[in-house]
Amino acid sequence: MAEGIKDKVAILGMGCTRFGERWDMGSDDLLVEAFGEAMEDACIEKKDIQAAWVGSHITEINIGKGGVYVANALHLPRVQVTRAENFCASGTEAFRAAVYGVASGACDIALAIGVEKLKDTGYGGLPNYPGFGQEFLYYLPMATGPGFFAQLATAYASKYGIPMEKVKETMARVSWKSHRNGARNPKAHLRREVSMEQIIGSPMIAYPLGIFDCCGVSDGSAAAIVTTPELARKIKPNQELVKVKALQGSVSSGEEYVGDLWDGVGIPTTREASRKAYAEAGIKDPRREISMMEVHDCFSITEMCTMEDLGISPNGGAAEDIAAGFFDLDGELPCQPDGGLKCFGHPIGASGLRMLYEMYLQLLRRVPEERQVKDPEIGLTHNLGGHPAQNVCSIAIVGL
Amino acid sequence: MAGLISYGGYVPRYRLNCMAIFGAMGWINPVTLTVARGEKAVGNFDEDALTMAVAAGMDCVRGFDRCGIDAVYFATTTAPFKERLNANIVASALGTREDVRSADYTASLKAGTTALLSALEFTAAGGGSRALVCAGDQRLGKIGSVQEMLFGDAGAAFLVGEENVIAEFKGSYSTAHDFVDHLRGANSLYDRMWEDRWIREVGYGQFIAEAVAGVCAKLGMTAADFDKVVYPCTYGSTRRKIDRGMGFKEGAVQDDLLAAVGDSGAAHPLLMLAKALEDARPGEKILVVGYGSGCDALVFEVTEAITALGKDRGVSRWLARRAELDNYLKYIVWRRLIQADMGMRGEFDLETRWSLIWRERKAMLGLHGGICRACGTQQFPPERVCANPACGAVDSMDLVYLADRGGRVFSYTGDMLAASYDPPAAYGNIELGGGGKMLMDFTDCTADDLEVGMPMEFSFRIKLYDPKRDVTNYFWKAVPALQEVG
Repeated sequence: MAEGIKDKVAILGMGCTRFGERWDMGSDDLLVEAFGEAMEDACIEKKDIQAAWVGSHITEINIGKGGVYVANALHLPRVQVTRAENFCASGTEAFRAAVYGVASGACDIALAIGVEKLKDTGYGGLPNYPGFGQEFLYYLPMATGPGFFAQLATAYASKYGIPMEKVKETMARVSWKSHRNGARNPKAHLRREVSMEQIIGSPMIAYPLGIFDCCGVSDGSAAAIVTTPELARKIKPNQELVKVKALQGSVSSGEEYVGDLWDGVGIPTTREASRKAYAEAGIKDPRREISMMEVHDCFSITEMCTMEDLGISPNGGAAEDIAAGFFDLDGELPCQPDGGLKCFGHPIGASGLRMLYEMYLQLLRRVPEERQVKDPEIGLTHNLGGHPAQNVCSIAIVGL
Repeated sequence: MAGLISYGGYVPRYRLNCMAIFGAMGWINPVTLTVARGEKAVGNFDEDALTMAVAAGMDCVRGFDRCGIDAVYFATTTAPFKERLNANIVASALGTREDVRSADYTASLKAGTTALLSALEFTAAGGGSRALVCAGDQRLGKIGSVQEMLFGDAGAAFLVGEENVIAEFKGSYSTAHDFVDHLRGANSLYDRMWEDRWIREVGYGQFIAEAVAGVCAKLGMTAADFDKVVYPCTYGSTRRKIDRGMGFKEGAVQDDLLAAVGDSGAAHPLLMLAKALEDARPGEKILVVGYGSGCDALVFEVTEAITALGKDRGVSRWLARRAELDNYLKYIVWRRLIQADMGMRGEFDLETRWSLIWRERKAMLGLHGGICRACGTQQFPPERVCANPACGAVDSMDLVYLADRGGRVFSYTGDMLAASYDPPAAYGNIELGGGGKMLMDFTDCTADDLEVGMPMEFSFRIKLYDPKRDVTNYFWKAVPALQEVG
């Protein structure tokens, strides 16, 4: 049995741009902004970085293939730079690679950086692309993200015999909560509180998801510099160590897409990844042991189902927790304390690292009082890329 | 003796009221009011002559062994491809063997009856035991033209052979005249007509009489011998004149379906024949005439076997599955006669990877899935490795034709963001009959019509059209299962 990653790597510094419509910024500018903050935080020099991984997804309008663009934009000192691409998990994949690099002893200090410049696509929402291979163009609907994930809601309503109005209300509560948190976050894209009525009555994007059930299209970049706990203590003797407790992932086997065993509302990859992550981190009761979470709320229904997949809420019980305020900032397990994808938008390659950035700030108590989670010790981040029947899930757990 | 073994029809769901056309375009040519009667069947944005021929073929071969078909003929004047045998796409979609005779019959409105004759002769000559004729047409009239009022979209199909025939083929008589009442040049989209009076009197008036007289003389029959008479003629007065002049039996002449469907071109005589067979009784004699650059006249006699075929096929149930297309502009956009803004997702480049299409042809055109020999799990698409996690066998798939199985809605949505000619785009997961799931487009319905668990059947449709290279790609979509009529 592998001993896992727990406590072998510490986060030395992190950076994150303001997310939003960064019309005056290219991918390179965003990279410089996130990298600059991370470097300053890490108290190291550029020559100390020994390897870098870059999370990015939509190559055509972004940074292209490979790592050359990023190495050039940051003028990294001829270290190996590799692009990590795995749908919405790309940012966390870059982080995983950097952490594994350090944990293996192959390097002392590694950089993980993610970026996406969606506002240069011209699309509202993500553009079309044959994400599952060319042949799927001929099989699959020319579906969009909202359409793929909306199916969780119709299947959920049917499976649990809940009227759609009730599902809509629960989903709205998810978005309502994230907007309340995001409104207090200067780095968030959408910074306005919205009412339940506004959310429920918003124009339909993909039945039953209205526009307020969907996260935004934004530009952004986030970065992490990781090293060994020993070096971290040496470089930053006055900073508490934020250590990696678990890094786990899971990719659909194809069974969900073609098989009969899948119920259409639970995401088996999230269940598998979280099971492995809890084991790696030594978490027995996630509902009680985890202090806070940033989960992949690409759509409100995704967050709702994810609460069950992560084992926080019982199957069919997420609605009750959501309604009770369990996931609110002042609830028992705050979820999306920074406003989530809902308010940050989803520059794909950056999102996983943006979530870790929030956990890092919260653990170090660097967020303003009005947004600070009470006594955080363990934070979980979760990404889900692809669509409910065919996806990649990544989970990171960090803590003190 | 050769004859018809089965019949099938297809009329698309949408109907456009001819007065709606007149309301939109009558100002440019007020005389079109004289033909603005009834409604015409209009293929959905994802339908064309070929998909409708397949739909009719599916209707026709239901319950018959697809592997027993030895020839597949496609009749149309509006084939999606000028070069690339359209009949082979029809054959693949219908799941026939690949060692079959195939041909396109085209360039005349009698292409349907000529294809049927060829099929009858193919089996009579021992070319094979069964031949399938699938006809479909989707002709275009210029915006505001008489043709636009008259032309409707439909398909019809016949399975032909020597055994268990429901209608025995008695004989035929054909004429060939280079009579240009209308024409479409090789590069034209629209039909062009010569003068009506000439077409009525010399065309329909003389040629149909000539063909009926010819076949009667050949078979020693008279016009009064026929219990059912099927022939197309878009001119009502001419039709009445022909009926009187020929001396057909009272009530024998079949409804021309113009008011309900419109003139479906090469498919039309076959569509009328399929409709006539729905209530045909053993012993009845049927005359069918296909008109267009001459005529084909065919005579059939209905046999006892027709009572065993059942009523679950034909034209009436498609006619009953009707939805009004209340927006004339939608029709114009669906036929790509004007460009509408599809958003940036509609501008996605769709160049076809032909070698990929060839490799995947069984799955793409014939909706063949796989059944794992090791564990029995049904799956789509068929892959090298079994998707059942408890199995994982390699190269263990037997192909299985899924197109006629249908399934049930497992999840669905109506997507306003996706590029669609009929937003919101409906799609979702289907639980396949026989096991497994498929994420697929839905069509001929809206999200409002759907619910989890609802039965769906599969329809061969246009999946993607690449306007840059004029290439249509086809795949199967799910449609709400047709309820039996009556």
